[in-house]
Amino acid sequence: MTATLDQATGAQEGSALGVVPSFDVTLRVRRFTPETHGEEAYWQEYTVTAHGTDRLLDALHKIKWELDGSVTFRRSCAHGVCGSDAMRINGRNRLACKTLLKDLNPDKPITVEPIKGLPVIKDLVVDMEPFFASYREIMPFLITTGNEPTKERLQSAEQRERFDDTTKCILCAACTSSCPVFWTDGQYFGPAAIVNAHRFIFDSRDEGATQRLEILNDKEGVWRCRTTFNCTEACPRGIEVTKAIQEVKRAMIRRAF
Amino acid sequence: MSTQARAEARSPIEEPGASYQRKRTTRGNFELYSWVFMRASGVVLVLLIFGHLFVNLVAGEGIKAVDFGFVAGKWASPFWQIWDLLMLWLAMIHGTNGVRTIINDYAERDGTRLVLKLALYTAFVVVVVLGTLVIFTFDPCPPNSPANLLPSFCTA
Repeated sequence: MTATLDQATGAQEGSALGVVPSFDVTLRVRRFTPETHGEEAYWQEYTVTAHGTDRLLDALHKIKWELDGSVTFRRSCAHGVCGSDAMRINGRNRLACKTLLKDLNPDKPITVEPIKGLPVIKDLVVDMEPFFASYREIMPFLITTGNEPTKERLQSAEQRERFDDTTKCILCAACTSSCPVFWTDGQYFGPAAIVNAHRFIFDSRDEGATQRLEILNDKEGVWRCRTTFNCTEACPRGIEVTKAIQEVKRAMIRRAF
Repeated sequence: MSTQARAEARSPIEEPGASYQRKRTTRGNFELYSWVFMRASGVVLVLLIFGHLFVNLVAGEGIKAVDFGFVAGKWASPFWQIWDLLMLWLAMIHGTNGVRTIINDYAERDGTRLVLKLALYTAFVVVVVLGTLVIFTFDPCPPNSPANLLPSFCTA
């Protein structure tokens, strides 16, 4: 009698303190495994037990480590900094490592797909090369003229603030692969390349703004932006991507007229 | 899923990086000017169209006044000729440019794009040429026409 009572109170204390509630969650993973399942992509469901503190990445780990080692995805730092694990979660581009399962309504299966518009290599892994090709085209490095200064290139806090938002990009491709214009044929530069051009165009230390604006003043450049705000909604760093694109457009118009 | 199928079609595993290279650059001010034109012509069109609607449907006797003779009367004055000409050209260029943009956004193959754009530009040329011709050569009472086909005021 006493023992039972003790156990009951013990369990109650346990659930109240320290123990994180756990629940079963089903993940519908979009799989593409040409070596075993042919050239057609297909859905596969996995059910795992997860805790309220778990992120989608933890559930994917559990699947890969305990259920099916063939499930393939990219991740590196697992803390929202490296930008490796962008994927389409319940139809929205998110980082798996920054998405809590409890925020995704675990009562229904959670769909996990590779980001759209880039060629799928396997399961959730896409070929990022077209994405990085347009990134390289905007010359994402400091361009200056004249002699090297003997000390740092000074900049006021206000001048730094001007492009602060676009310095946060981690090149995860969540924005570019959420853009309907990019989905069409992949020729559009994409929000990420424009954001990184913005980071230098509005940097007071940089002198390559004219070149960068000329590069983006392209049929596939900023003018293909339809301001649908998908990129801003997708950005895991909260960058106001569409606003940055509009600022680049404005700079071009000022230059032309 | 069609997008998935397309992604696969573009990703030949045998030759990675081959078929989805970005095309060479297409730099130039054309898209810039077309973007600015859309904004500017949009504002002008709002004024022209609401002016047109007011004069035709509200002012004077209102909608009951609109008939063959009313249009002929308007086009007798160079002011309304220019007004309608501006409206025709701006609306046609604005609309054609908008549809051109939509074709660029939605057509996935270059062949589809070419066919759709050819159809679009043909329609543009036909409408603009015919419209312009009508505005400037409109004659409510062409000579040597059978009287029963002409409006009543021609005999006056």
